[in-house]
Amino acid sequence: MGTALGYWEQEKSSLKLKNKDLVSINQLSKEEITLILDMAESFKSISKRPIKKVPTLRGRTIVTLFFEPSTRTRTSFELAAKRLSADTVSISKSASSVVKGESIKDTAQTIEAMAADLVVIRHPASGSAELLARYIKCGVINGGDGSHEHPTQALLDLFTIREKFGKIEGLKVAIVGDIAHSRVARSNIFALKKMGADVVVVGPPTLIPRDIDRLGVDVSYNLDAVLPEVDILYLLRIQLERQGESLFPSLREYASLFGLNRKRLEAAKSSLVVMHPGPMNRGVEISAEIADMPQALITTQVTNGVAVRMAVLYLLLGGVEVE
Amino acid sequence: MSSYLISGGHVIDPHNNTNDIMDVLVEDGKIASVGIGITSDKSSAEVIDASGKVIIPGLVDMHVHLRDPGREDEETIESGLRAAARGGFTSVACMPNTEPVIDCASVVEYVKRKAADVGFGNVFPIGAITHGLKGETLSEMGELVKAGVVAFSDDGRCVMNSQLMRRALEYSKMWEKPVISHAEDSSLAKGGQINEGYYSTILGLKGIPAAAEEIIVARDIILAELTGGKVHIAHLSTAGSLELVRQAKERGIDVTCEVTPHHLILTEADLIGYNTNFKVNPPLRSSKDVESLRQGLKDGVIDAIASDHAPHARHEKEMEFDYAPFGLIGLETTLALIITDIVGSGVISLSKAIELMSVNPAKILGVPKGSIGVGDTADLVILDTNAVLEVDPAKFESKSINTPYAGRKLKGVVTDVFSAGRPVIRDGRFVSEIVSLTNQ
Repeated sequence: MGTALGYWEQEKSSLKLKNKDLVSINQLSKEEITLILDMAESFKSISKRPIKKVPTLRGRTIVTLFFEPSTRTRTSFELAAKRLSADTVSISKSASSVVKGESIKDTAQTIEAMAADLVVIRHPASGSAELLARYIKCGVINGGDGSHEHPTQALLDLFTIREKFGKIEGLKVAIVGDIAHSRVARSNIFALKKMGADVVVVGPPTLIPRDIDRLGVDVSYNLDAVLPEVDILYLLRIQLERQGESLFPSLREYASLFGLNRKRLEAAKSSLVVMHPGPMNRGVEISAEIADMPQALITTQVTNGVAVRMAVLYLLLGGVEVE
Repeated sequence: MSSYLISGGHVIDPHNNTNDIMDVLVEDGKIASVGIGITSDKSSAEVIDASGKVIIPGLVDMHVHLRDPGREDEETIESGLRAAARGGFTSVACMPNTEPVIDCASVVEYVKRKAADVGFGNVFPIGAITHGLKGETLSEMGELVKAGVVAFSDDGRCVMNSQLMRRALEYSKMWEKPVISHAEDSSLAKGGQINEGYYSTILGLKGIPAAAEEIIVARDIILAELTGGKVHIAHLSTAGSLELVRQAKERGIDVTCEVTPHHLILTEADLIGYNTNFKVNPPLRSSKDVESLRQGLKDGVIDAIASDHAPHARHEKEMEFDYAPFGLIGLETTLALIITDIVGSGVISLSKAIELMSVNPAKILGVPKGSIGVGDTADLVILDTNAVLEVDPAKFESKSINTPYAGRKLKGVVTDVFSAGRPVIRDGRFVSEIVSLTNQ
């Protein structure tokens, strides 16, 4: 075990999360979130070493079970697992084949038979991670379920914000775009509110879900009115496949009302940072030039994602050493 | 045929305004006499002591899916009738969304023949409004009526074409058969999983707005007014729909409606945890809607309570929430749920509840059921309203187990059931089983 983790090793017994699973941010207390972020800081240093690997989870098997195509989340989890010396098995399934027969319960039994220690699931149907967790004894991490949640994304976003500002509490965050269909938005709203940030969701009314204000967020349909007040602008990906649903007239109009460009940015605080969960639609929610400016923390988010997921894997598996 | 003197029970027969301790004499399959201190001329009459219990007319469930023909793995006409009897229902009206659809005489005849083979209970088939439930052309309603359907419905699907719905309401006037509306604007409800609101937002499930139901309820009321046809709103679930029906009734339009126990008891908050046994269409609504529907029972705007018994295979309900089918079963729990949660909390009296589950649905369907009058067919249920029923899906007569009430302890156990004067259940056991035990 490297020196970066010496402190954690000493207090190993207390370093566990209450639940065996991470399917929703709401399962975590403020203290548990802080623990994950603190731990991720230690793990981040590992990623900077020439040999980016510690033996912490040697002999453990982590299954990534992806029913949706995803490069960055899957790669991030696999990299995190490998840097902790865990074995990884990846299973890809098309959701259409699932609809034809195999239920989430069948899948759970298959995984159980493989004696996995932890499963990361990505699924297009909301609630699938929670259902899998109910049917399986080992831990489950929600790698994104439908429009419901993507808790590790929110944790890496919190980590990135804390790293940049030194705090989370009291910051004002605008989440812009398709709030209705975004699991990233939900997890971030829960996480940011829990850590004491102010959140405003911004988008056309067709993309703002009913009663979202009951989560303690403000709602705005006007990005320009909100922009001068916020510390963090969190842009969501516009899902191009939703074009047929008449949620807004055209990408062109969306970009003109809610896309971030250099001109619009002039009204913002000089300290403003821009975040995006990726992958970006350059020219829609964000102009190409802004994506590459220093205010944009988009690649930092990706880097931090590995460290945060290492922390989550470590804490869920109890960090038990083989040697 | 045997005679039975059911003595000393509390007879609740809303149709005949009976609500008192009385005896009921059953002879030759019919009610021979109802009164105090009855004796039978026939010395052979078996005396059944019903003291401390309630005697009610065999209940009528006007909204049931029997899945037969087509999905006999989920339910058959026999298992459905057994489940019905267990729950106090001696008559059920079955929806036509079977495979094949009940849209021609031969399928109606199949259902009736299989029901007759069971040997107890009554199945009243409901015919499809449109061929194959496709919403394109009217089914041959005349042929269906001749074969024995009591109403028309495309239940499970809404007739979205307003012209077609108008024609259905007009054409069916020839036989005074109701057209049962599955009120759901399919464009507004498309892809929806649960009620639209706070819970759909936090669970990330696509919402079905109350407006999807209310728009069609309003349309069908207007079409009923235009045509003079009889429209019945199935599984009404929102405060707004109820208000539309209330106003329509005040204007004298021929509209009736039913509600389900689940829309009177459960709310959208029960969807936390994504338990697919709570996935039903129309979806569980808000607590405000539940309050309104309960008020609608009190005010008399609601005509009937129906289970919308919808069996689904276990492996299908164990799918992801988005992929699991809509529906829950209710034949074996409806009466006890209503006694426990609705009568028990003082919303309506037991007598009113029985009215909503017997004579009222019978009247809407135009069938001679739900009454304990002299000369009526002796469909009778004896009920112990104090006995506890623990909901245990493993003990269901139904072939399916998709109930959201597993583990609940309810009040109200059906102890005896008579169908056309013949005992079906005695002391909580099916007579067929008692016979087979005796033969062993």
